Amino acid sequence: MRREPPQRFPDYGPLMFPAAMLVVFFVIPFATMIAVSFFERQQGGFYEPAFVFDNYGRFLSLFFGKVLAFSLFLAMAVAAACVTIGVPFTYLLSRSSRGTQIRWLVVLLSILSLSEVMIGFAWSTLLSRTAGITNLFAMLGLMDAQALTPSFGAVMTAMTYQALPYTVLVLYPALVRLDPTLTEAARTLGASPVRAFFTVIVPALRNTILATLIMVFIFALGSYLLPQLLGRPQHWTLSVLITDQAIYQSNMPFAAAMAVFLVLVSLSLVGLAVYAGRQKEAA
Amino acid sequence: MREILNKAASRRAVLGAGLAGASMLAMPSILRAQDRSLKVGVYGGYFKDSFDKNIFPEFTKATGIAVESVAEPTGEAWLVQLEQAARAGQAPADVSMMSQVALLKGMSTDLWAPLDMSKIPNVSGLIDTFVNKYPDGRFAGIGAVSWYITLVTNTDVYPEAPTSWSALWDAANADKLGLLALVSNSFLLEVTARTYFGGTDILDTEEGILEVFDKLAEVKPNVRLWYRDEAQFEQALKSGEIPMGQYYHDVTGLAAADGHPVRSTFPEEGGIRDSGSWALSRASEKVEEAHTFINYMCQPEIQAVLSRKVGTSPTVKRDLLDLTAEEFNAVSSDIEPIIPRYEMYQERSDFLNQKWTEMIAG
Repeated sequence: MRREPPQRFPDYGPLMFPAAMLVVFFVIPFATMIAVSFFERQQGGFYEPAFVFDNYGRFLSLFFGKVLAFSLFLAMAVAAACVTIGVPFTYLLSRSSRGTQIRWLVVLLSILSLSEVMIGFAWSTLLSRTAGITNLFAMLGLMDAQALTPSFGAVMTAMTYQALPYTVLVLYPALVRLDPTLTEAARTLGASPVRAFFTVIVPALRNTILATLIMVFIFALGSYLLPQLLGRPQHWTLSVLITDQAIYQSNMPFAAAMAVFLVLVSLSLVGLAVYAGRQKEAA
Repeated sequence: MREILNKAASRRAVLGAGLAGASMLAMPSILRAQDRSLKVGVYGGYFKDSFDKNIFPEFTKATGIAVESVAEPTGEAWLVQLEQAARAGQAPADVSMMSQVALLKGMSTDLWAPLDMSKIPNVSGLIDTFVNKYPDGRFAGIGAVSWYITLVTNTDVYPEAPTSWSALWDAANADKLGLLALVSNSFLLEVTARTYFGGTDILDTEEGILEVFDKLAEVKPNVRLWYRDEAQFEQALKSGEIPMGQYYHDVTGLAAADGHPVRSTFPEEGGIRDSGSWALSRASEKVEEAHTFINYMCQPEIQAVLSRKVGTSPTVKRDLLDLTAEEFNAVSSDIEPIIPRYEMYQERSDFLNQKWTEMIAG
């Protein structure tokens, strides 16, 4: 059966539903946010419709620049950590028996059912001085019990834990479909398994890995609870400050301006990554 | 037992259960149509549990008005939700207990429906400062309870109670403190001003505020947690993970009564006294019920129950209460309290917020 390109207006019918959903749940809220970001803040009150740039002006300072830089750095670090752990793990998983694969995937999927709050509190207990894992080492006489949170490491650990299931789920189909003869050929030609992994598997999956990096990056950029629960104030991301402004300071226009800025910066970074990927492919 | 388990559910039993289930689901709407009701917002956790147990059932018994309690988040988060909802003509709660900073902010947008004092005769017993008025004299809120934020410690880690707020600055307490994360609910500027600058007058000017900020910034190395979420600090305080900090006197007392190793101390410079007022959302349609509720809550007997059961400090005059000296001292102190500079948070909110965020996160 040949698929005809749509000719008449009704042929576009099936597109109407997703288009309507996109408009209602994305375009309208996002447009509202952009509009609010230009509204005028009433100090000690709420906001009035207006068209002012004050909210963006306030954002352009060294302080917020540093917070933005840290947020981007944290999101990239989480993405890198997830891919570093996720690619070898998923590769080994795709080579193992079907039963093992199913068990692992069920465990990973069950992590997705945990809310961010539960993950945060669980890790803060695990890393605490009074009830944490260091008590096990203390019992073995290796070290004194100490608090591992709040710290950058605690934030990274919990965020990586939270994003890893997504990483594996995105990588899994690509790795399962990967032709096993590729590695066999590399092995026949004398490459060690590790060498075959880095010279054959990783390049063959370049686009998948890039897509995974971008997905985890965006996912991590929106995190606001884990940095608060497990980090010190210098580890708070821009999302934490946006929440502060929106929920506690009732400064919707400034919160909206920061959010718009964050979206623009992350979109341009994603665009840059995709562009770089294309260039490399063309070369 | 086995026989019961093996017995197949008959068709009739299934139908019956379904019918019963459906009528259960339909019940609340029937109740709503028959009885008068009111949605009341109070702070979630120990506070709300205590109201649900000790106050609301008695109120329903006395007036026939059913209360649906709503757990509200601390301070301004709830204000923002109420305001957004009121703009859409909705009221997530009819009457809410609002802290003073939030109440003042709500007044600036006319969020609170003016209250009719002729329907709240019991207000005559209240201490004057606990009645909130709009600048034009309309009544915006009526004092519900007042509470203290004090210096709290874990008794296992600190066998001796600290005596002064200056303990927060003590280098011996490095990385041991939990403090509130927002300028407008921690009132640490007032604490610093009282402890090191002889009073809160220095906060009259911007230069003075910056000077206080510099002094306050010295506590940073001692702070392990700047908390937005009370449960997070409460948990850490009980376990000794974060053994010192600022927290609510009433809740700490309830936790200590439950056997947790915590104590609340009024420092020699005084505890921070904040208060909550009942305020009615302008989007509410339960105006009559709300007035009945507020009037009920202003009775000295009810205020006494609150002091005994919830641990809050009363808003009615001392001589109207039947609290013993011991009971009164448990919820209050003779030391002159630190009163927050509410108007400062109103007039300079963005300046304070910016400097505060830069101080703790910078």
